[in-house]
Amino acid sequence: MTPMEFLIDPFIEFAFMRRALAASLAISVGCAPLGVILILRRMSLTGDAMTHALLPGVAVAFLLTGFSLPAMVLGGFITGLTVAWFSGAVARSTVLREDASLAAFYLISLALGVLIVSSKGSSVDLMHVLFGTVLAVDDTALFIVATIATLSVLTLAVIYRALVVECFDPTFLASVQGRGALVHMAFLTLLVLNLVGGFTALGTLMVVGIMMLPAAAARFWAVEVGRLMVWSVAVAVVASVAGLLVSYHAGLPSGPAIILSAGVICGFSMAFGPRGSLWTRWRTAPHFVR
Amino acid sequence: MTTYKAFILAIVTTLAFFTHLPVQAAEMLRVVASFSILADMAKRVGGDKATVRALVGYDGDSHVYQPSPDDAKAVARADVMVINGLKFEGWLERLIKSAEYEGPVVVATDGARLLEVEDDHGEDHSKTGQHSHDHGLSDPHAWHDLRNAEVYVRNIARGFSHADPGNTRFYGANADAYVMEIRSLEAEFRPRISALPADRRRVITTHGAFGYFARAYGITFRAPVGMSTESEASARDMAKLVRQIQKESIAAVFVENITDGRLLRQIATETGAVIGGTLYSDALSGLDGPASTYLDMMRHNLRTIIGALGS
Repeated sequence: MTPMEFLIDPFIEFAFMRRALAASLAISVGCAPLGVILILRRMSLTGDAMTHALLPGVAVAFLLTGFSLPAMVLGGFITGLTVAWFSGAVARSTVLREDASLAAFYLISLALGVLIVSSKGSSVDLMHVLFGTVLAVDDTALFIVATIATLSVLTLAVIYRALVVECFDPTFLASVQGRGALVHMAFLTLLVLNLVGGFTALGTLMVVGIMMLPAAAARFWAVEVGRLMVWSVAVAVVASVAGLLVSYHAGLPSGPAIILSAGVICGFSMAFGPRGSLWTRWRTAPHFVR
Repeated sequence: MTTYKAFILAIVTTLAFFTHLPVQAAEMLRVVASFSILADMAKRVGGDKATVRALVGYDGDSHVYQPSPDDAKAVARADVMVINGLKFEGWLERLIKSAEYEGPVVVATDGARLLEVEDDHGEDHSKTGQHSHDHGLSDPHAWHDLRNAEVYVRNIARGFSHADPGNTRFYGANADAYVMEIRSLEAEFRPRISALPADRRRVITTHGAFGYFARAYGITFRAPVGMSTESEASARDMAKLVRQIQKESIAAVFVENITDGRLLRQIATETGAVIGGTLYSDALSGLDGPASTYLDMMRHNLRTIIGALGS
């Protein structure tokens, strides 16, 4: 087997491999830049928490419509936004900090979701049905993921400047424009949209993993926000291709293979990246490290 | 003295009342069946003289079932338990022990024509010559052969008669009527299945429950290679399966009621095999579904397979 055959053949021979690739690339482009913003805002665990919060909406939509991906995405989107909005509002108007109020609301939402799932009165693992897998991407799922990725990139381009300012100096933006909350909400909406699309089409691990790991890896390669985003997308794309190939050649489950590939890149970046990695810290004097 | 007597009388009548209770309740035979298919059979045999409860309900998966306290209560109060046996309900032994149930347990597969478990990994256990009493090696899904269903029904009727000897004839008559229905279903479908072309008798399902169906009607069921309900599929397994379908000229792919059909649908679009619809294996559908009783389930499965392979 020549290297080209190794890399290309699986995708030429099998349509499901092409679909898996297209879906993971779409999710890489949509999610990885959001991960960068989350890391800058110290909200790295928000993505994980939010995927749990989506459950009741997705479950209700599933129980009402049978299996309709658009309905499930819509249901998850509504609950996700509700949780995001409530936790944001509580954080701004009470003593509870944003992370604590998000924790509270996502747990409430998760409990509600488990309740709804169980109330179906059957021991079928609904969770199994609700979460997609990378290998079973049909046309609808592909369309949803691609649409969300497109929307996400366009919206991010529009709110980019305000978002970056808000990340580093929320009070400044509030004082000059008073649009801080608006930008924050737009960002949260994007986040929820990406999470819900990703997890119904590809699974929770896939979407949160592709969102956070490449962004964390990018942190060791660049400083400026735009470059961080480009790096994170690049890492996500490489991890997607590598993971699918590993899954194909070594017979490992695809979702975990992709995320572990991202993990390997992230680990390598932590050790050897040019910005603030272990290696640079070891090489330079222990003081004056940025 | 009179108050004393009245007191004794009160106690005696109360005791009499309480000791009388189980006798009254015993007029309805309390049956707990391990899953919906057995419960349906038990209902047919028990008629209006038995109340039947299924532990694993409609559309449930017996392999991953978690007993609830309610279930334990039902087991503890049961007069008869009906189970499939052959380790189909691995969780049940513990439940029976923890509920301290000591009554009779009807093992429905007793005396059925059993099938050795086909090993997915290529090792052949069937040549060891062990008889079907070695329960570790027999495929438990014996109800997918209508001839075994007769055995199930007879076992249930016998069990009920032991527990409630007064109604022996009633249970016997119900079982006879039910067996007649089973036989007429068999007579209706056997010729139609035999008429299917020989080169279209290979199908794929996600759940390896159809060994008995395969034996009874000469249909080859292939499991999707290396895919189980629990583990996530790898791209290699998917690729193998697509090649397998193309190489073995598999005619149809069936989506089961208890596993995620998305993977299979993907495979069917890739290979052009027919998606045959849902086959019910380990659980009945809900009351408004196409397989709300055992006979409906068998009729539905037979029709679905004939429909897909005849096209």
